Amino acid sequence: MSGWFGVLLAVALAAALTFLTLPVVAIFAQQPPGDLVSALGEEGALDALWLSLRTTAAAVLLILVVGTPAAYLLATRRFRGRAGLVTLIELPLVLPPAVAGIALLAAVGPSTLLGRAAQDAGLQLTLATAGVVVALTFVAAPFYLRQAIAAFEAVDATLLDASRTLGASPARTFARVAIPTALPGLVAGTALALGRALGEFGATLMFAGSFQGVTQTVPLAIYDRFATDFTAALALSAVLVAVSAAILLSVKLVRGPDAVAR
Amino acid sequence: MRRLFALVALLAVAGCGDDATVSGDGGKPQIVVSAASSMKEALTACAPNFPDAGVRLQFAGSDELAAQIRQGVPVDVFAAANTKLPDALAQEGKLGEPVTFATNRLVLAVPADGKVDSLRALERPGVTLVVGAEGVPVGDYTRAVLAHLGPDRSKAVLANVRSNEPDVKGIVGKLTQGAADAGFVYASDVKATNGDLRAIELPAELKPTATYGAGVVKAAKQPDAAEAFVDDLLAGGCHKALLGAGFGEP
Repeated sequence: MSGWFGVLLAVALAAALTFLTLPVVAIFAQQPPGDLVSALGEEGALDALWLSLRTTAAAVLLILVVGTPAAYLLATRRFRGRAGLVTLIELPLVLPPAVAGIALLAAVGPSTLLGRAAQDAGLQLTLATAGVVVALTFVAAPFYLRQAIAAFEAVDATLLDASRTLGASPARTFARVAIPTALPGLVAGTALALGRALGEFGATLMFAGSFQGVTQTVPLAIYDRFATDFTAALALSAVLVAVSAAILLSVKLVRGPDAVAR
Repeated sequence: MRRLFALVALLAVAGCGDDATVSGDGGKPQIVVSAASSMKEALTACAPNFPDAGVRLQFAGSDELAAQIRQGVPVDVFAAANTKLPDALAQEGKLGEPVTFATNRLVLAVPADGKVDSLRALERPGVTLVVGAEGVPVGDYTRAVLAHLGPDRSKAVLANVRSNEPDVKGIVGKLTQGAADAGFVYASDVKATNGDLRAIELPAELKPTATYGAGVVKAAKQPDAAEAFVDDLLAGGCHKALLGAGFGEP
């Protein structure tokens, strides 16, 4: 590690660190902390925070309830086309948010058959809070599914077999053996999905619109304030940084130091 | 730290230089024009024919663009959907003397087969309306126009707002997707949808005329070419393109 190569590595690391941390630090450094706190007292900011928490919680709950058994099936059964299925499920992971927004409009927008059926059934999606939940679920689910599949795959198959041999039903084996064993991975996946859902911007704006207390989540509120009230935009950004950091930290605590590398 | 910034800046400049050579413009300078979303169709059509420089256009809500200029984003020309923002930037010393180069009319846009057929219909409960957010010119014009209706009618209309969009394209998108019954946009935006949307004209007493202002950014890298582009907006090819897209004379 000595000589010019070591210096090169150190310089690269210093450049990466500076580039990645400077903007985040600047959020807190541009305004006195007191101003940031008082900007959060504004009614619209609290509405946005509350809406973000509610919609993110709803989306992550949906993802956990449907995603956990789905991931278990994909992880424990071998069948033709499985790899293709996994790829399809992972696709939204790499879709740009604007594409996600357009895709949702094209699939369940108000001018589509599905969208009209939902509306007739009394479920308003576009320009409504339910639409935000749909957008968050769509973009965040793959983050959980990916981790959950990997976590279930890592569960020792002999453990599951032993449970079955001892007379436990498949459902009981899933609930009492597979889930507890895979728990660290499932928690990490949940945290990633939480982070992605909290930060969702483009798909929400395109599919659900932006209205205080109904569809204007924190990222939309930040964009809304960017031009008119930069301090308020900074304050909301600071909150998202804090929450995101807490999520990342919790992943590290659950998964150990290698968590983020996985 | 300062050295790192210098390095990044140098790389950025080198990058721009490369672009100019690659696009084969010879010695022609490159200018960056920040323009309000409502001018997208017109300016995209005329910019390639601007003789004095290669033009890079970036479109967003005028207020976002003004905020970028305040934050020091290097652009050469600022063309806004009002005169308030250019005037404010000029007062802050960020923009040269602004000029008014075009007008637009705020109209009520509805889907061609929609259920709203008049301004009155907007006051009915259950109608969904999409408008520009406060601070975005189209949103401010909308609120000013509605204020002329008187407090009761204005309140009834605003109670039906379901989304405050960050720029005019967001409103048009929601309407063409059938997500809302009506929205306030510019006449030129309705024209650009080629029949998907229909414009309901607003009565003159509501003062629906929007005046567009532009100026050369003080930090412009190419002030001469920028000045020439503002002149083009006033009287040249881009002015013609704006008129063709449904804009009016200032």
